Amino acid sequence: MAKPLGKLHEEKVFKDPVHRYIHVRDELMWRLIGTREFQRLRRIRQLGTTYLTFHGAEHSRFSHSLGVYEITRRIIDIFQEKQTWDPEQRLLVLSAALLHDVGHGPFSHSFEKVFGVDHEEFSRDIILGNTEVHNVLLQMGEDFPVQVAEVIAKTHRDKLIVSLISSQIDADRMDYLLRDAYFTGVSYGNFDIERILRVMRPTEDGVVIKSSGMHAVEDYIMSRYQMYWQVYFHPVTRSAEVILSKILHRAKELYETGYTFKRDISHFKTLFDGNVSLQDYISLDEGVIHYYFQGWMDEEDAILSDLCQRFIDRKLFKYTEMVSFTDGHLLSGYFTEAGINPKYYLVVDSSSDLPYDFYRPGEKEERLPINLLKPNGDIRELSRESDVVEAISGKRRTDHKLYYPLDLIEAIEDEALKSKIKEILHR
Amino acid sequence: MFEDHLKVVTLIQEAGEVVGRKKLQKMVYIAKKLNFPFQEKYQFHFYGPYSEELTLKIEELCNMGYIHEVKEKVSGYSQYRYAVNDEGQKLLSTYGAEIDMLGNCVRSMNEQSSRFLELVSTIMYFEKLERDEIKEKVQTVKAKQKYSEEEMEEAFAYIETLKLQVQ
Repeated sequence: MAKPLGKLHEEKVFKDPVHRYIHVRDELMWRLIGTREFQRLRRIRQLGTTYLTFHGAEHSRFSHSLGVYEITRRIIDIFQEKQTWDPEQRLLVLSAALLHDVGHGPFSHSFEKVFGVDHEEFSRDIILGNTEVHNVLLQMGEDFPVQVAEVIAKTHRDKLIVSLISSQIDADRMDYLLRDAYFTGVSYGNFDIERILRVMRPTEDGVVIKSSGMHAVEDYIMSRYQMYWQVYFHPVTRSAEVILSKILHRAKELYETGYTFKRDISHFKTLFDGNVSLQDYISLDEGVIHYYFQGWMDEEDAILSDLCQRFIDRKLFKYTEMVSFTDGHLLSGYFTEAGINPKYYLVVDSSSDLPYDFYRPGEKEERLPINLLKPNGDIRELSRESDVVEAISGKRRTDHKLYYPLDLIEAIEDEALKSKIKEILHR
Repeated sequence: MFEDHLKVVTLIQEAGEVVGRKKLQKMVYIAKKLNFPFQEKYQFHFYGPYSEELTLKIEELCNMGYIHEVKEKVSGYSQYRYAVNDEGQKLLSTYGAEIDMLGNCVRSMNEQSSRFLELVSTIMYFEKLERDEIKEKVQTVKAKQKYSEEEMEEAFAYIETLKLQVQ
């Protein structure tokens, strides 16, 4: 086996708009960043279709992954002031931080729903399979790639290490909240990360927060709450996501019914067949997907062509608050009568379609909460101490919207049918 | 429209009443692993497989008025009970579809403790490993729960019983 990777002769730095600088001192990190699987993350946007609502949201999973690495590196530096960390354990957690999203594909959420793939499984496959990432990790020891995969999958025996990457207050969330707020241009995603890092304390079961830092954590919780409603679940973004998902459904359905596409669909074939290989998956990025969508605008299938034009030209569906089950079924019938396929043009989108874990204390052993460390050594769950957190943890967290193409409804010639549809939509 | 929500209502209806969010989470996960048509995405968490998607779906069903949620205090902690209410019954009779063979499995799971279902779901999460490796993994990731050898054997046997029920 090759000699384990050590320190770089000279520290490397990446200029970063969120953390100012990202510092790389370990040869292992530098080599991982240079792998083709990690570089691919430059071509996958962190927020998928959000750029259609907030035009600044063009940042990539690459910059987010570097950000998570940097926060984790700072946490470890702070912890090392209080306790010794095994150098290999340090590299393990830094590798997991850097690679935690390596399995994400383009527009991951829609792809996962439509094709039944799982980005976490691909993360594991990239780390353990025949890849450049795997070969770099292997230089740290035969078992090292498995350990990195286990930390990311949250099945590693060391709960503290897992909690740095994945818990209610972790490096992943702290980076994406700050980064997404910065790039979307909204003002409500900010919180005092330096303060939070200073008040984190390691325990066997994960990180706890020194109670004097409670107000900084309150800001962080508020940030999560506001970013969800103002950015992540923005109805225009969701409209684009609904159309994207329907494009993939339609293309798959056409393929399964023997439709002949005008252009070669080699990048999608194994996805449609349900047997996508790791190499096929790695070759997908947003550039490839946009290339196909541009091409499909000229397809003879009217639905596929129309949906792709809507996505590319940002002619999105309109939305209304969800109507009742009964009205939904009525509308579906009216759409069919009007020649508009409800399967593709009448879509309910729920908050559970974009699961985002609002902070809530929950039930005993439901999830691990944020715990505060009191001066006397007692541990208290956050919402029991903070009125602010208690107040928002009981708030509404669900929403349903109905998406539809207003232009197609306006074009219905049967005026009576049109007014029946509009009457329900405007109810 | 709302097909996946209806499946969750159906599961709760088959159970009658489910006491505890953790229990409900594990019941849906085990049903999914038995190839019942649940679509919720699960990840491994501190207390075993957990789905945020399911948590939100249940909350949506409560807010829509189809599921009745009761919060109660049990030894200093909150605990939640879930049952299908009258509106939910009407919904099922109008739009619901039975899920073949789900009823017996769900009722059987509902009779188990949530601690036991946490063990069963964790074993199923690691199903690709060999039996001894699974046991070792459970002891590692669930060290605090201190599952005994007997409990693990009982869980393996229970999984086989469930699988036979759905064949």
